[in-house]
Amino acid sequence: MQKAILARKLGMTQIFDEVGRLIPVTVVEAGPNAVVQKKTVENDGYSAVQVGFIDLADKKTNKPRKGHFSKAGVAPKKYLKEFRLDSTDGLNVGDEIKADVFADGDKIDVTGVTKGKGFAGTVKRWGTHRGPMTHGSGYHRGPGSMGACSSPGRVMKGKKLPGHLGVEKVTIQNLTIIKVDADKNLILVRGGVPGPKNGLLIIKNTVKGRK
Amino acid sequence: MDLVKQIGADQIRTDLPQLNVGDSARVYIKVKEGARERIQMFEGIIIKKNHGGISATFTVRRVSYGVGVEKTFPVNSPNIDRIEIIRKGKVRRAKLYYLRDRVGKAAKVKQRL
Repeated sequence: MQKAILARKLGMTQIFDEVGRLIPVTVVEAGPNAVVQKKTVENDGYSAVQVGFIDLADKKTNKPRKGHFSKAGVAPKKYLKEFRLDSTDGLNVGDEIKADVFADGDKIDVTGVTKGKGFAGTVKRWGTHRGPMTHGSGYHRGPGSMGACSSPGRVMKGKKLPGHLGVEKVTIQNLTIIKVDADKNLILVRGGVPGPKNGLLIIKNTVKGRK
Repeated sequence: MDLVKQIGADQIRTDLPQLNVGDSARVYIKVKEGARERIQMFEGIIIKKNHGGISATFTVRRVSYGVGVEKTFPVNSPNIDRIEIIRKGKVRRAKLYYLRDRVGKAAKVKQRL
């Protein structure tokens, strides 16, 4: 990965492009991320940067974390994440990563945690069809057949059943950046991204089409 | 103002007249044909307005050669050249869907003076 940033989803809106088409966009507050720690091959066996995002009140930070942040000379942050970049040479502890690492038109992958849907049936969870609601059907939103009789005498593995849906880490690949606002640290991403408003997102340059 | 609403706030158009449901309007739309650009007119009654801010749209209905035609335009679209309000209507609904079931004289909207 060449570049990555921690971001916060702010919400969705629409904007007109230069031809006058209305484009759906997600507004994302990307950065500033502070580099809190640098992992090196000599010290840790691999190279990476640890970045923090969103300032946190002093009293909400526990002592071990406070020590970690003060060592880097960075204000306490809510989120800490590690990025294994191709090259960490340009980054030093205390540096800031801002939205302008990305440019208009860049292709990105966005990772987030989806909204929780609770215990969901098969229609919502797997998109199965439902039965007729009328004509005396009596079978409306059930999971369908559990399988055959005494042979095999069990329910097949992978049978789509009700269960917990959402609160799952999801990556949407190959999204386009419509606009980057470097002053406000905003990125406009075409289309939707996973998670609720104010949810944490990880934006990386896309794995698609990389040779 | 919150950050999401600030996006595209500069694209919101202030040069258009106030649009109300029930008004008869002429919408002049810029149509691109290859390199040439011309202006097309669509005239009818505004039967609904939807959404707000940059996403706001309005729908114009007219009966053309006996066939009902409805077109929905984004209010803030740069492709709208101008809008003329020909006649103000007096209506008691926000959505005039009942006009779809009516033909001829019954499909009229009272004038607001």
